[in-house]
Amino acid sequence: MVAFDEMLPAEAGLRKPYEAYDGWLKNQDPARLTEKMRDAERVFRKTGITFAVYGERDASERLIPFDIVPRIIAGNEWRRLTQGIEQRVQALNAFLDDIYHRQEILRAGRVPRELIATNEAFLPEMIGVKPPAGVYTHIIGVDIVRISENEFYVLEDNARTPSGVSYMLENRETMLQLFPELFQRIKVQPVENYPQLLRQSLSAVRPSNVSGVPTIAVLTPGSFNSAYFEHAFLADQMGVQLVEGQDLRVVDGHVAMRTTEGYKQIDVLYRRVDDAFLDPLTFRPDSALGVPGIMDVYRAGNITIANAPGTGIADDKAIYSYMPEIIEFYTGRKPILGNIPTWRCSEPDSLKYVQEHLAELVVKEVHGSGGYGMLVGPAATKKEREEFSKKLAARPSNYIAQPTLSLSTCPILTAKGLAPRHVDLRPFVLVSDRIQIVPGGLTRVALKEGSLVVNSSQGGGTKDTWVLDD
Amino acid sequence: MLLGRTANGLYWMNRYIERAENMARLIDAGLRIALTRTQNASDEWNSVLLSAGAAGAFAEKHSDYNAENVADFLMRDMANPSSVLAAMETARNNARMVRTALTRETWESINEGWMSLKRMLAEPIDQRELPTVLDAIKRETAIIRGSFYGTMLRNEIFDFAQLGTYVERADNTARILDVKYYVLLPSISWVGSSLDNYQWESILRSVAAHRSYRWVYEADYRPTSIAEYLILNVRMPRSLTFSYRFIAEHLRFLADDYSARHPSHEIAERTYARLRGTQIGDILESGLHEFLADFITENNRLGEQVAQDFGFH
Repeated sequence: MVAFDEMLPAEAGLRKPYEAYDGWLKNQDPARLTEKMRDAERVFRKTGITFAVYGERDASERLIPFDIVPRIIAGNEWRRLTQGIEQRVQALNAFLDDIYHRQEILRAGRVPRELIATNEAFLPEMIGVKPPAGVYTHIIGVDIVRISENEFYVLEDNARTPSGVSYMLENRETMLQLFPELFQRIKVQPVENYPQLLRQSLSAVRPSNVSGVPTIAVLTPGSFNSAYFEHAFLADQMGVQLVEGQDLRVVDGHVAMRTTEGYKQIDVLYRRVDDAFLDPLTFRPDSALGVPGIMDVYRAGNITIANAPGTGIADDKAIYSYMPEIIEFYTGRKPILGNIPTWRCSEPDSLKYVQEHLAELVVKEVHGSGGYGMLVGPAATKKEREEFSKKLAARPSNYIAQPTLSLSTCPILTAKGLAPRHVDLRPFVLVSDRIQIVPGGLTRVALKEGSLVVNSSQGGGTKDTWVLDD
Repeated sequence: MLLGRTANGLYWMNRYIERAENMARLIDAGLRIALTRTQNASDEWNSVLLSAGAAGAFAEKHSDYNAENVADFLMRDMANPSSVLAAMETARNNARMVRTALTRETWESINEGWMSLKRMLAEPIDQRELPTVLDAIKRETAIIRGSFYGTMLRNEIFDFAQLGTYVERADNTARILDVKYYVLLPSISWVGSSLDNYQWESILRSVAAHRSYRWVYEADYRPTSIAEYLILNVRMPRSLTFSYRFIAEHLRFLADDYSARHPSHEIAERTYARLRGTQIGDILESGLHEFLADFITENNRLGEQVAQDFGFH
């Protein structure tokens, strides 16, 4: 199976979006490029753009490897993608509103009722709650893979607390520092205004009783969280406070933060803390990361929580397989962006098929993320497959399976020159009274030859993503 | 608007940077005495440990009071929270936590300073390398201070960080004096032996004042003058009075900004007024040790009061 290379596809020659870049690249001294690669790493380490990998000791300061060859998308390709993403995001919000109110889609039998009722991501506490401005999922990262010139698929929707946007911004910043001449030569659409757009977007969904400029804060689990850099980065870039649970309490029916001048009301909370930890009075009582009583404030309409609690029901991997039906149900149209065929192991026929074809499939945990607990059949050893098969048999409803797609490749710079590696793409979407998508996103790249796992926690790297202004 | 937790982080970030720097000076001064004197260097190392507030913890681990053990404990030992390495790490963790309040240059100087010292202090230090390493510590902290002064907006963020610097500095200088108070007493000032000369120079050296002292006093070391210089000189950047001048000033800026006065304002102003209204003769007469012990207690109280007044916890 030969993967589609986005720069130099087999037999077709150099693709148009890469022409100008290739012209520049041909005139570069390879030694200088290697030097630039080292510069990039220095920039990242100096600015402290690090992340933590869970389960590794002393890894609290690891860098995500950055590759200096950009991933380039033509303007018209991007327009098509954005139409598909907008449609999907509209459907996700409509689905959430429906699921927590009339549940029409369940009544219509398009999504099985038990899938919702027994799902941990479904929060009964959200039933009947109308979030400010009617928006549930404000910030979404849609993971997209490409397998040929014209085939794009959505791999998953991240509707809870998607991360990675800071890398999109820092990658661009680094590229601008390393190769200013490239950006003079090639017209690349800017991504730098994302923090302003985010702030405007959060501001637009403030509680209806807040008339003036709302007070916005980013809620982080703390400086030991793997994405802390991003939380601090976004708060900084938006010019808002970065708060932890210990800074917050409920004062006079509002959530307030402890400042050097006493407690100050917060109107919009961009939280990067999971639902379960948000309110110890409502969810996990042992959580020290959240705010006791915030759910009461929320239900009273006195604070906007972005993303709303309970949005996980929309990006659950078991729900994912119903996305085509969900999109059609709420938008009345066929999905513009396809889903990857998915076997739900909770269904006996599917389970049987998956067990028999483990060597060809990718099997994922329904609630998992970050590439943990998944099996890539073709890359696994016989022993690994056998062990996984037992886990699968023990808890079939915990798993879904998908065919091993031949993800497209992009060249990366290696010691031996350019070499193709598999990539995916996570564009970031903002929803308020409108939907905005910054032209670009996070391109994750599997650095190991032949590897299909792009997750940074599993040795993946990132690239700057260019959407051409053509 | 500033979070109480952020103010707390800024305060301790600067306290620990200041501590790391003072620790390097203290070891430097100890080393000088140990090098120039043939006998009883262990007394000197013991007083270095006392000044660093680390004598008890050291005694639990080591029995030999020599340069190797003491320098290692004060510079590299992570079990000693005031060691240079531990202090830099705490400062850096605080900086990381309050990162959004810092300019990029300030953050980078702290992060790079921490990385470079961590590298340098990764292995036990060869005695011959000690002066180079001490220089490097002073240089890194100087770069941090330079970026901080050069780029930070003079607002509440600056004020809380500066409060940390001066509360720590006042504490450090007072401790150095207190540990050696007996060599500064007038009753033995007539001795003037070479031993005393070394002791006096060592005190001045540990607050980087052995040259500037002569610009001010133009004479040989005199214990009364040394005490006066380090306690009362309002222009000597590591003196108690200098430190309190800035503590009072930064607290006053905060009072103006917030239109609110707190008990910490009273404590700081009272201490500053007392320092300004005192002669060195009065202090020596009523007891230098008592004066310094009082000062250290009051200084700690001020720190706690600031934490309470501005919602640090």
